[in-house]
Amino acid sequence: MSGENGTGPDVRVLGLDIGSRSVDAVWLGGGKIVDAAVADSGFDPASVAAAFVERGAHDVIVATGYGRHVARETFGASVVTEIKAYAIGASALFPQARSVLDIGGQDTKVISLREDGRVADFEMNDKCAAGTGKFLEVMAKALGFTLEELGAESMAAESGVQISSMCTVFAESEVTGLVHRGEDRGRIARGLHESIARRTLGALKRVGASGPLVFAGGVARNPAMVELVRAGFAGELLVPAESQIVGAYGAALSALAGGGPQ
Amino acid sequence: MSDTPVDYHQMWADLGLDLPMHDALLEAVGGMYGATFMSQANRPEGMGYLDFVMSEVHGLRIKELDDFRKSGGKVVGTYCLYVPEELIRAAGGWSVGICAGAEWAYDQVEQILPRNTCALIKSMMGFKLGKVCPYLEEADLLVGETTCDGKKKAYEELGKMQNLYTMELPQMKRPKDVAFWRSELVDFIAKLEELTGKKVTAEALKASIKEVNDKRRALQRVNAARAADPSPISGLDALLAVQVAFYDDVPRFTQMMNALADELEKRAAAGIGVAPKGAPRILITGTPMALPNWKLHEIVEKAGGVVVGEEMCTGSRYYEKLVDEDASTLDEMLDDLAEKYLDINCACFTPNTGRIDDIIRMAGDLKVDGVIDYALSFCGTYQIESAGVAKTVQDAGVPVLRIETDYSAEDVGQLSTRVEAFLEMVK
Repeated sequence: MSGENGTGPDVRVLGLDIGSRSVDAVWLGGGKIVDAAVADSGFDPASVAAAFVERGAHDVIVATGYGRHVARETFGASVVTEIKAYAIGASALFPQARSVLDIGGQDTKVISLREDGRVADFEMNDKCAAGTGKFLEVMAKALGFTLEELGAESMAAESGVQISSMCTVFAESEVTGLVHRGEDRGRIARGLHESIARRTLGALKRVGASGPLVFAGGVARNPAMVELVRAGFAGELLVPAESQIVGAYGAALSALAGGGPQ
Repeated sequence: MSDTPVDYHQMWADLGLDLPMHDALLEAVGGMYGATFMSQANRPEGMGYLDFVMSEVHGLRIKELDDFRKSGGKVVGTYCLYVPEELIRAAGGWSVGICAGAEWAYDQVEQILPRNTCALIKSMMGFKLGKVCPYLEEADLLVGETTCDGKKKAYEELGKMQNLYTMELPQMKRPKDVAFWRSELVDFIAKLEELTGKKVTAEALKASIKEVNDKRRALQRVNAARAADPSPISGLDALLAVQVAFYDDVPRFTQMMNALADELEKRAAAGIGVAPKGAPRILITGTPMALPNWKLHEIVEKAGGVVVGEEMCTGSRYYEKLVDEDASTLDEMLDDLAEKYLDINCACFTPNTGRIDDIIRMAGDLKVDGVIDYALSFCGTYQIESAGVAKTVQDAGVPVLRIETDYSAEDVGQLSTRVEAFLEMVK
């Protein structure tokens, strides 16, 4: 099996993060990122991943995300969990990082890191999509906003409406009820973001997360979420420019000797 | 065994089972068993016995119960390890633990019980309402117990459908509670004597205490072998042994488990294991896992870990404590039984600090790398203890993963990710 720790730094590695909403790829050469790409998972994420496998030369593939085990069977990829991949990716981008938050398409992860960058503790949501990217997508639709507008409208609102449901299905009903009562859509959007932030900050507290905190994953591109997490978190918040590829980057680095810069 | 499989459909029809649904259940469980157990590498040969028992789980064993009843014997069905098997056997009956480990007929269950009832209780009702459990239908008497509010109230409903007797288990362990529990044992003996028409004598009880202790000793040996690294038996197989202990023939099971233990001790001495040496060693604690609930063990072991202990009713709580064997009078034996059973640490008791002591001790004895605290959703007692267990175990330097789940497969993807990440973390 290739891709175990101990592979030399010159090896060309393809890191794949096969998630519920997007498939992200990072190509490493000489330990550095030489290419990266993000594509919609669609209904056939395995084919999207296969296209990335065809796209560039590589010696080794490491997969993470929901499709990691399929990638092992299909492409002979090594696998690491998203938890480890994000820990490695975030530590490589920000060596001073002590915790990681990833809000992805259908799950949220919070990770506290030891000084050497290894995982000290983590938490993941259980079986539902409460407070994830999918949650925001459903709510944007219920409010008649695009995902970008949802964040912008939330930022513009002076205050938020209290949203009590975190369940995607119940919250959608709650939002529909608020819309029908004539509540301002921007304030509802703000309320939704606030409820996710509250839940996220609670999870960070439970794993003993301290700053600097790296906020990765697709939802880190939503400025309203970033603002609320920054306001509520006791330490420094760092958002990578390419927040979506942190997992794929970490997966790729895990193939290198010592698992990257841990 | 003959080459042509015996057709048990007439026996099942006579028991009043829903034959098409029962066929579907057997096919599903058989498929699960094949995929989960038979695919494991380096299994001990002694597991062949449990494979056979499982292949005949609704066949040969039911035939044995059937024959026993036709010869005048009585079968007593139980749902909890606090119902003393010693008393049932001393009265000439056979005790069988009734399964409640699969999602079945929930549509019918939810017409009687609230949706937010734990999977164990829903399953218990589902097997009855769906008419797919031959053990239930073979039981001349079901015995419930007051171990949680959900079970206590569900037994009232089950009792409308079948002959059911409920024992009151106290919720504390003071001397007066032990005395009360002893009085419950006395009442239970009267109930059993009425059922079987036989007197519980000191001689019979002494023999059954010894017999059931021997079963526990055999399981202790099997489980002690898991302290070796690599473990000579998988967690799945060790869990199965305890699950089967609840309903198999006692002397035969004891003999086969001692044979398995002999093999495991040899394997351990020779360094033969089911996973590579150094694979993450996990202790699971929490809500019991009734047959055929193998979900968490399968996830852990497929992810490369090895489960080396279960601090649960389908685990150490079942076999760890023995009844004193020195008593000669019935009175003394009842004292010993009351004391032994109330010494088991279930979350239905308050306080229940003994359970945490057990977990810490087992974590040390079995040299575990991590503890997984397992609770079924809506199992209030174990869910509430979970945070305290996690804190104490973490403070003792052992990482903890807390999992809340049920019998469905919908969360297997996310659970696998969490378990794999936990194994990466503790390695």
